[in-house]
Amino acid sequence: MLDLTQAANKSPLPASGNLAEAERLMTICNACRYCEGLCAVFPAMEMRRAFTPGDLNYLANLCHSCGACYYDCQFATPHEFAVNVPQALAAVRVDSYAAYTWPRFLSGTFQRNGLTISLAAALSVAGFMIAFMALNDPAVMFGTHVGQGAFYKIMPHGAMVAIFGAAFLYSLLALAMGFRLFWKDVSPNSTGAVSFWDAIKDAGRLRYLDGGGVGCMNESDKPRDRRRLYHHLTFYGFWLCFASTTVATIYAYGFGWHAPYRITDLPVVLGTVGGIGLIIGPIGLMLAKRQRDPAMADTSRAGMDVGFIVMLLLTSLTGLLLLVLRATPAMGTLLALHLGFVFGFFITMPYSKFVHGIYRFGALVKYAGERHD
Amino acid sequence: MPDFTRRFDVLIIGGGNAALCAAISARRTGASVLVLEGAPKFYRGGNTRHTRNMRCAHDTATQHLTGPYTEDEFWNDLKLVTQGHTDEELARFMIAQSKEMLGWIGEQGVRFQPSLGGTLSLGRTNSFFLGGGRAMLNALYLTAEALGVEVVYDAEVIGLDIGDGVFLSAQARIDGQAVTVRAGALIAAAGGFEANIEWLKQYWGAAADNFLIRGTPYNRGTILRMLLDHGVQEVGDPTQCHAVAIDARSPRFDGGIITRLDCVVFGVVLNKHAERFYDEGEDFWPKRYAIWGRLIAGQPDQIAYIVFDAKSLNAFMPSLYPPITAPTVRELASKLELDPDRMDATILSFNSAVIPGSFDHTILDDCRTEGLTPPKTHWARPLDTPPYYAYPVRPGITFTYLGTRVNRDARMIMSNGRPSANMFAAGEIMAGNVLGRGYAAGIGMTIGSVFGRVAGRTAAMTVRN
Repeated sequence: MLDLTQAANKSPLPASGNLAEAERLMTICNACRYCEGLCAVFPAMEMRRAFTPGDLNYLANLCHSCGACYYDCQFATPHEFAVNVPQALAAVRVDSYAAYTWPRFLSGTFQRNGLTISLAAALSVAGFMIAFMALNDPAVMFGTHVGQGAFYKIMPHGAMVAIFGAAFLYSLLALAMGFRLFWKDVSPNSTGAVSFWDAIKDAGRLRYLDGGGVGCMNESDKPRDRRRLYHHLTFYGFWLCFASTTVATIYAYGFGWHAPYRITDLPVVLGTVGGIGLIIGPIGLMLAKRQRDPAMADTSRAGMDVGFIVMLLLTSLTGLLLLVLRATPAMGTLLALHLGFVFGFFITMPYSKFVHGIYRFGALVKYAGERHD
Repeated sequence: MPDFTRRFDVLIIGGGNAALCAAISARRTGASVLVLEGAPKFYRGGNTRHTRNMRCAHDTATQHLTGPYTEDEFWNDLKLVTQGHTDEELARFMIAQSKEMLGWIGEQGVRFQPSLGGTLSLGRTNSFFLGGGRAMLNALYLTAEALGVEVVYDAEVIGLDIGDGVFLSAQARIDGQAVTVRAGALIAAAGGFEANIEWLKQYWGAAADNFLIRGTPYNRGTILRMLLDHGVQEVGDPTQCHAVAIDARSPRFDGGIITRLDCVVFGVVLNKHAERFYDEGEDFWPKRYAIWGRLIAGQPDQIAYIVFDAKSLNAFMPSLYPPITAPTVRELASKLELDPDRMDATILSFNSAVIPGSFDHTILDDCRTEGLTPPKTHWARPLDTPPYYAYPVRPGITFTYLGTRVNRDARMIMSNGRPSANMFAAGEIMAGNVLGRGYAAGIGMTIGSVFGRVAGRTAAMTVRN
């Protein structure tokens, strides 16, 4: 009698290696397709019959980790097929971040990413503190400064622009190089259509963090997750803060108006509203992370999420504190703290969870194109 | 844990679509409701976990359905698939009620979506659950629990106290304790007996050892057995069931949808003697898939092999296991442990009987065999393009049709012909009333929802009067 278990060269049981496991699951899911309406991952999967590593990296970055497919799956653990798509794709996703890292020798930063980010932040803050203390007279550092140009008594405007401009440009370069590797990996033929506008709408609304309309699931099968709201607060808070800086730069170079600005000035309004979003959002995301059903979480890499969220939180927190206490002797210290966290955030952008936004957006661009083909 | 010293208005045994529709409907009619589900929480809901759609009549296209499906068309489809083996009064009642079900099910929190990829032929008639059957169940459980329905998992019912057609109480084993559950009415929604191999063997003999069970191992038919033993009238042929050809490498239980194979029409199907035994191209696959389980059950050792060549590899829905492959027919035979000479001869005689035609799998095309027994009447193309592929297949039993007879209140009929005072049945345990044989996709869920809702409402009203 034919030994049928021998005849199967692909087992439905869990595989070793993150890509192998993701491939196993996509083979199962492609034969089922019940989750097709939940998000973009499954329709994208259905456009394929076999899955290359590039396909799996694409699907992994397309996954928003909403969790609906885990609780809807009749083959989830304890079923012997042990299907757990959110967890398997989360693991592939983090591996892909490391694989696309530029320069290559820094790909290890995703191994113990929480530590990397904390070290970068600590060094950066310490750097600003030490430099401020060394270069400023204590009377200036711990003095009270008000009016235009007060911050620049601590750190000259030119130095600020040079240091942050350099850090920002470096990060942009590293992110662009990473994206190039990502795109070559997921679109080796690069003949497919792309659709930026659809992808912008899908990303801007977090269309796929919604369980197909039911809502997301995080701590249990009840669709009461609010990560979508918290992510909106974080994301739009971040862009408002970014807009605040941009407006301030235009003010400085275009009009010669220098910070600190009045409470009612546009940079302060944008920065304050954004900063509040950037406090509530990350705290909400952090709590959601802690409450996540351990069955779904990729717990071995939790440090990356925590590191990124805490960086965002400390950046906004120190920024708002600086606003409130800028007319007190604490200004110099807070400025060092805030600039330290901002610098740390900028410089680690290509080596932190920040990249999730870049690659996910790229995946959405590709998916929007595939959908129209 | 519920208070078992109290008397519930309605006790529901089972935890799938029929049970939950009954529970919600009884609770909304004002009854206190206890659900005893024999499976642990993950496996709750029996075969509903593996479903994906339901077939309901509707007069116009909807957001998710591409066109109308009238009651008459539904009735004609049912008559066709059952070859008239159905209770017309009950079936027409169910079809009429099915019209309200889409709206009602939606009100209970279940969401729908357009038909899934690869199932276009069902896009007009069948409403697909967003996220599949387990998502549907999750929504029903959330609603039931919010309404105050009490649910106990791992609750195995081990006895029923029934006197003269009147349900008095049930004995259950919960957390290792034997408890007596008293209720004013019983709704049995505990499925068929397909996972009870010993019971299947009463009708199928040793062949049943080679059956694979597509769903939960908990559908052992214990409640059905108790009810029949207590004088409830039996309905349906005990050998009839929903059975399809599934990959022989599938697990014994609960392999679900992903082990099915949709490639019969593209090749030939051989038994263990490397012989063909049925017309693979008789009709469109959605109309024929449900006969192949029984066909293979009738072959020696209940095994068969779907054989096709490179032309067809990507022509059908992917399935869980890869096909077995070889560069020649003889080598494929060796891998399958079939006689290479006989398999070679079978394929050769098939190939030489094929009449040239223009292949089109979307119509009943003119590619057929001539002078071959059995013939292949459509989509016949010679197997001549290596590599060659094969899927081993066995009968995959979805659910059995033997059940309890009911009337249109879903009230059980006793063997003396009188309706029970307070016992109702819904779902697969009474599917045989409507399905004497055959199957049409999504009808099991229609039976469960319609009769579950009716049973819940009627049981609640019976208790309150």
